[in-house]
Amino acid sequence: MAINFDNVLGLHDEALRLRADRMKILASNLANVDTPGYQARDIDFAASLQRALGEGDFGLALDDGAPELLYRVPNHPSQDGNTVELAVEQAEFSQNAMDFQTSLTFITMKLRGLAKVIEG
Amino acid sequence: MSFKSISQIAGSAMNAQTVRLNTIASNLANASTAASSEAEVYRARKPVFAAIYERAAFTEDAMPGARVQVLDVVQSTEPVRPVYEPDNPLADENGIVFYPNVNPVAEMTDMMSAARAFETNVEVLNRVKSMQQALLKLGEG
Repeated sequence: MAINFDNVLGLHDEALRLRADRMKILASNLANVDTPGYQARDIDFAASLQRALGEGDFGLALDDGAPELLYRVPNHPSQDGNTVELAVEQAEFSQNAMDFQTSLTFITMKLRGLAKVIEG
Repeated sequence: MSFKSISQIAGSAMNAQTVRLNTIASNLANASTAASSEAEVYRARKPVFAAIYERAAFTEDAMPGARVQVLDVVQSTEPVRPVYEPDNPLADENGIVFYPNVNPVAEMTDMMSAARAFETNVEVLNRVKSMQQALLKLGEG
């Protein structure tokens, strides 16, 4: 019985990478909270993960699996054209950081399981 | 992973907010600095921020982040306050001195906003640091 690391880690390694990438997008939003005309961006995490795993029906063979950057729709548009809402972005950032830790914990648990299998 | 560019993004925002706090301090300090003519009087300064998008080709990353740049520091175009103070040594022949167009209330609220934005970015840096540390410990224990 061969053990394949891709099978063991499942989607968690892709999820971890996507979480780190999303962190950057959310950090950009938070950084540009006072930049006039800046439009807050985000990714659809579930769709991006499916894409990264090569699942789902996206039709095009040219699709490189890269996540699609979308624009956030603000609750209250502001006069200067900035669509960053500090509280929303802070909440998303915080949630994303927690989800990152969760993925990391899952990977750690899987690796620990493997180690146990090897060491007996 | 994109941790390095996150630090750069948060750093650029902290830098921009520091410039903003700097102009606010300057405005508040000079809020009652009188001058004898309209041309000489201090005018409130404000930084202009702009987003710089990372070029995807340079970062070999599908999702470019956006840093903050201080484009310029502009002077406010609001009218300055002429005040009748004949006793003031700076008064002109009509007894008028000119005071800056600094609005202390607006400056104070701006200061709070800048401080909050700065703190947010410090928090981003802290979070990213702890994430990176957790990642380094992957597989231990």
